[in-house]
Amino acid sequence: MYRYDEFDSQFVNDRVSQFRDQANRRLTGELSEDEFRPLRLMNGLYLQLHAYMLRIAVPYGSLDSAKLNTLAYIAEKWDRGYGHFTTRQNLQFNWIKLEDTADILAKLAEVEMHAIQTSGNCIRNVTTDQWAGAAADEIADPRPIGELVRQWSSLHPEFSYLPRKFKIAVTGSPNDRAAVRVHDIGLRLHLNDRGERGWEVLVGGGLGRTPVIAVTVRDFLPEHELIAYLEAIMRVYNLYGRRDNKYKARIKILVHEIGAEKFRAEVETEYARRPHADTKVEERELQRISAYFAAPQFEKLPRWSATFEEARAKNKDFANWVRTNIAAHRADGYAIVNISLKPEGGIPGDATADQMRVVADLAQRYSFDEIRVSHHQNLVLPHVKRDDLFAIWKVLQASELATSNIGLAGDIIACPGLDYCSLATARSIPIAQSISRKFADLNRQHEIGPLRINISGCINACGHHHVAHIGILGLDKKGEEFYQITLGGSSADSASIGTILGPGFAGEDVPEAIEKIVNTYLARRQPGEEFLAAYRRLGPQPFKEALYAAA
Amino acid sequence: MTTTATEKGKILTANRLRDGEVVFLTHSGEWSENIDGAVLATEPQAQAALEARGKGDERVNLVTGTYLFDAERRDGHVFASHIKERIRSLGPTVRVDLGKQAEGKGGHFAALQGV
Ligand code: SF4
Repeated sequence: MYRYDEFDSQFVNDRVSQFRDQANRRLTGELSEDEFRPLRLMNGLYLQLHAYMLRIAVPYGSLDSAKLNTLAYIAEKWDRGYGHFTTRQNLQFNWIKLEDTADILAKLAEVEMHAIQTSGNCIRNVTTDQWAGAAADEIADPRPIGELVRQWSSLHPEFSYLPRKFKIAVTGSPNDRAAVRVHDIGLRLHLNDRGERGWEVLVGGGLGRTPVIAVTVRDFLPEHELIAYLEAIMRVYNLYGRRDNKYKARIKILVHEIGAEKFRAEVETEYARRPHADTKVEERELQRISAYFAAPQFEKLPRWSATFEEARAKNKDFANWVRTNIAAHRADGYAIVNISLKPEGGIPGDATADQMRVVADLAQRYSFDEIRVSHHQNLVLPHVKRDDLFAIWKVLQASELATSNIGLAGDIIACPGLDYCSLATARSIPIAQSISRKFADLNRQHEIGPLRINISGCINACGHHHVAHIGILGLDKKGEEFYQITLGGSSADSASIGTILGPGFAGEDVPEAIEKIVNTYLARRQPGEEFLAAYRRLGPQPFKEALYAAA
Repeated sequence: MTTTATEKGKILTANRLRDGEVVFLTHSGEWSENIDGAVLATEPQAQAALEARGKGDERVNLVTGTYLFDAERRDGHVFASHIKERIRSLGPTVRVDLGKQAEGKGGHFAALQGV
């Protein structure tokens, strides 16, 4: 299980007392808001629509029961009894008081958690596959590399004042679940013919107002060269990235403006110029870090579990849940459990303190005390015995946590939108709720098959709408909310940015529009053809006709 | 229903520094959590005076992030023109059990629910 090393603990504790002092000075007026704002943002504290919002980092989306129980405790003591899991695998509390924040940070530090580097123009927390270290299709656990990158980038003086925020994602599996193609830097593990590891380095992807798919600058970078190479990329960015215009400051704009070829050449020149790191040191460091992510001691189990098969045959609801919410584990007899935080009509990503405790307890009893947060705003129990699945499902069911819709129409990603976020132009959550109700029939969801619907409440695209099969963007037209629909986006291996279909819709008309899109797909799909594949074959035309045909 | 004349103008709002609570400037220069207590400035001069007052309270660290927004007063109640301010003065539309609307401090217009 991942934990901080001593350096980090000391550092986090120092930061808490530093913040306590800063907050006190702000409250007594020694610090003005202009002086204080960057300090609170560095500690993850934002001012939102109804109160302060605290964004807590969950590195690699990895939690244990002590951490999740602490989040539940904070939710009850200092917030309103719930928290919101985000697409950045973080947790946000929406009702925080400035005067309580230092106490909350101190409570978090007790379980080695913090809110550092969740904002500002630095390298943000590295994100990865929520099934890291568990997935059957994984080449290697990507988290040690993520951690190597984090330790290198954290508080690196050269990279604390970048032109703009910087996001890195890492995947160790051939099936990309970390959306590496839409990050500033994406790292993707490959094996060569000799079985050696190398990293594909992708640069310049991103969402927001200018969505772009990243370009590959290296196909197969030996592992020990990774940090030195990343440093070369950061140097080039720091040197040429625009600082005059915040909307043009991301590395994607630089790559776009000078072209992939020129960018690659600049990086290679910079890389060649640099003294190369001692590979032994890198390898030793990586080994040291890997120990923190050591896989649990899996028992040797038969692949086939009679208990499980029997339960599945007897109980249709359980069988349905298994079909969508269980993923293949790399160890025989084990499974990955995906816990949907998307009940029918619910708020995507919200979990109550009680639900957090239920999941923490299950993790402790059945999953080697590990929990993960996925960027789809769901939770994961990564290492569960197949024998225990039925018992777990029963407990989840009693807490409204057993909706069998992972990857289906009801598994909607939605940012907080105008219900909470001060940057929003429209609400996202009610749209998610009304679509979820429209597709409430789970049998129908299973019939439709894999479908990714994502909603953002403004152009910042925290809801990743550009890379959804069906993306919804909330905008403001003369004081009224309206919603633009895009089709055909994907963040997976063949990543693509969705295409805008036509004029937007009023909120109340969105569910009906989604229904028409889905019906068009159902009418025209070939046997076994998923939504995205059908869209790519058919193009936008039939969907446009269905949506905009004269009524 | 008796209708009185509708007054249009601007209201000064902010977040209270210590807890972030949404507040509105009142006639007496206090900050109210309830939008109905807000003073509505119809003239540019009065609006400027509100702003100045707000800046002053920012300097003495009562509130932060003051700004004016459009609203109108009808039957003694204040209605924010834009949905964002309506949500700020009530609470999240998806959690009507939370925020001002649940604490009896909400505005006098219906919460937006669903879409
Ligand atoms: S996309 Fe916009 S509305 Fe949604 S959370 Fe991000 S900034 Fe807020």
